[in-house]
Amino acid sequence: MTEHTHTHSNCKSLLGTLSDYVDGELEAELCREIEKHIAECEDCRIVVDTTRRTIDLIHAANPPQSGLPDEVRSRLFKRLDLTEYLKPQTK
Amino acid sequence: MVETTSQPELSIEALRSGDRAEFARMVDAYSAPIYRLGLRMLGNEQDAEDVLQNTFLNALTHLASFEGRSSILTWLYRIAVNESLMTMRRSKPEVNIDDADTSDEDTDDLAQSQFVDWGSLPEDELLSSEGKQALDRAIQNLPENLRMVFLLRDIQELSIKETAEALGLTESNVKIRLLRARLSLREQLSAYYGERMLREKTND
Repeated sequence: MTEHTHTHSNCKSLLGTLSDYVDGELEAELCREIEKHIAECEDCRIVVDTTRRTIDLIHAANPPQSGLPDEVRSRLFKRLDLTEYLKPQTK
Repeated sequence: MVETTSQPELSIEALRSGDRAEFARMVDAYSAPIYRLGLRMLGNEQDAEDVLQNTFLNALTHLASFEGRSSILTWLYRIAVNESLMTMRRSKPEVNIDDADTSDEDTDDLAQSQFVDWGSLPEDELLSSEGKQALDRAIQNLPENLRMVFLLRDIQELSIKETAEALGLTESNVKIRLLRARLSLREQLSAYYGERMLREKTND
């Protein structure tokens, strides 16, 4: 088990700023505090790494969308009474 | 997002004045992300298609009152979110998606319990077909109010501000819900990968 050499309140405040930190939106001073903390706290280091990895995996598993399925698009244009503007998709 | 760079500049003026060709261009520019949100929110193609059609029908009716304070896409997301919620309420009336049920400001319950170090496993191993299913399951397990924020921000890649506009939430509420969603996914994935690592170790 990890040896805890930090106070519990540090871990709690780290969790509160974790999203901003992994998104690169946390101010520099708070980033330094987190980095200092995770150098000493293995559990928090794992939480930071695996949170970042979780978001990476979500992006990897959900690439930006390609076009709409053709038949869904045709039905949509029909429902909107726009079939005269239905041109083949370029994608 | 990649495709935003290739999207046409739409004329809000033309759209408001009822220019149908311009409306058709808007449909082609934005129907794919709206459909995907519906798919992710509702989990089936038929409901997603209903949400897609209703979103653009609704947009057609209300374009004249679109004030342009947010982008067109954010406005469409807002309509689509409401359509999805209505569909969800119809199929699962017991689901509580009201804002009041999350203590958005209270972060005491964020404590994590899974500390398996799976972060360095290779991506093809993490995203095996079984791994992908675990990820989808974890997303489906999120409570609706967190899932909505998560889908808009981490899957549709809206900014915090756009997500807040689309959901009618404050930016700080979006941030805390996003954090809760991400931590919940992390916990679920850690439990899954932890068990898998253990299984593989025992098999060695």
